[in-house]
Amino acid sequence: MSKPEKLIENGIRLDGRKPDEIRPIKIKVGVLNRADGSCYFEFGGNKVIAAVYGPREVHPRHQQKSTSAVVRYRYNMASFSVEERKRPGPDRRSIEVSKVSREALEPVIFEEYFPRSAIDIFVEVLQADAGTRTAGINAASIALADAGIPMKSLVSACAVGKVDDTLVLDLNKDEDNYGQADMPIAMTPDGKITLLQMDGHLTRDEFKEGLEMAKSGCMAIAEMQKAALLEKYSGQIGGDAIE
Amino acid sequence: MDKKLVIPGEFLSDDANLADEGTYVEEGKVFSSVFGIASLKNHVRVVPLSGKYIPRPGDMIIGIVTEVSFSNWIVDIRSPYEGLLHISEFPRRIENTDMSKYLKVGDAIITLVTDVDPSMKVELTLNDQRLRQIKEGRIIDVTPSKVPRLIGRSGSMIAMLKNETNCNIFIGQNGRVWITGKGKDLELAVKAILKIERESHVSGLTDRLTRFLKEEKDKKEKKPGKERVDKEETRIEDKTEEKIEEKSEENVEAVEEEKQPEEHEKAEEKKSGGILDELLGDEK
Repeated sequence: MSKPEKLIENGIRLDGRKPDEIRPIKIKVGVLNRADGSCYFEFGGNKVIAAVYGPREVHPRHQQKSTSAVVRYRYNMASFSVEERKRPGPDRRSIEVSKVSREALEPVIFEEYFPRSAIDIFVEVLQADAGTRTAGINAASIALADAGIPMKSLVSACAVGKVDDTLVLDLNKDEDNYGQADMPIAMTPDGKITLLQMDGHLTRDEFKEGLEMAKSGCMAIAEMQKAALLEKYSGQIGGDAIE
Repeated sequence: MDKKLVIPGEFLSDDANLADEGTYVEEGKVFSSVFGIASLKNHVRVVPLSGKYIPRPGDMIIGIVTEVSFSNWIVDIRSPYEGLLHISEFPRRIENTDMSKYLKVGDAIITLVTDVDPSMKVELTLNDQRLRQIKEGRIIDVTPSKVPRLIGRSGSMIAMLKNETNCNIFIGQNGRVWITGKGKDLELAVKAILKIERESHVSGLTDRLTRFLKEEKDKKEKKPGKERVDKEETRIEDKTEEKIEEKSEENVEAVEEEKQPEEHEKAEEKKSGGILDELLGDEK
């Protein structure tokens, strides 16, 4: 698709959203039987699946830390996840995304509870539509909770950007490609930022305003993450019924 | 309401002194650290709905030997860490060269965690009356965090289960469950235990389980046409079972708690009169 003339018309974006609106989200917890924890996450056109294994033995051995667990995060895009076939396997981009996503989650994981062990997180992108790293982090954080791994809190992630000189929340593919800035942010529900990247240019004021927008986006996502986790056991636990 | 489902990071209490397992304290407030069921009675604790077994000294667990090294058996204990059973922790004095004569790779043991050091080196022992090798029956796996539920309050759930199914059941803290019993009884016990695991967080579990066991038994009785088939099935199973019986009679009781003897008597009573009677006849 070539660059559309206008990305925002009368305050409405190409896909009909308002500037501060996130795309529809669909979450399913515990979709993989073999994994210790798993999650399927749809974020607009993004479809990702996250699996968590562990804590488990570390292979290769030399990677293990004697006082805490090692967290390993593998972000991978399926070859069919984008229009033009993506050459399978890790590349510069996916290695970078893996690293920053791992660092977005590590601060909330109680790694010191499991010395000499590994917590493996796998994120597979089945369909990509701008914002896959944020979708991956959202999914991985739910999968970690599903695996019973002790954490300080969940992590929610959301991007903010600038198109047609307007700040917009949660960019889609066209806005990402033809926009002026893209800034993915991950944070805990109490507002601690664990990931912040930016490509493009924002003024100081735009940055501040964008951060606030991203914050409200993350809070909305956090609520949905919580609801999804609770739903896995809904109908089974009601009120004071638990013994 | 003092129990509820919580996610990591959920606020639980203002009193940091109440913080127990599954929680963490920040700025004097208690938060949940896992996804699980929080109880706010006396202490604030959260029982996770899933997770791996983390060994602690004093845990009675079921392990499976994975390797025989120079003076240790290396034991899989269903945890991120492997268990080490030193040769000196075997009840009898044996030579290094004879180790795999007593316990070889693949053998299952009931063992006790004696020590876990900060780097998570797990030491095991077999030096106790209740500890020994498992030679018969079946071992199934359940989520370790559900073990307390399976045992029930002061052993009520497990006592009921043993009674109703005529099986001997031992539950390791690491979520491995060892069951011995006659073919059909064993199947029923396995079904019941998996049901408990699936529904451990739902209310009224004990009642539902009693009903479940009753229904299953009724089903069995209401199939007179199938009796011949049943008979044959039992016979095949019994061939293996008989071998087991010789050893298990003395051994199993040693492992189980006081209740065992009388329960076993009951089991015997129920057996006589059943189809099994003729088959077991010569053994009595």
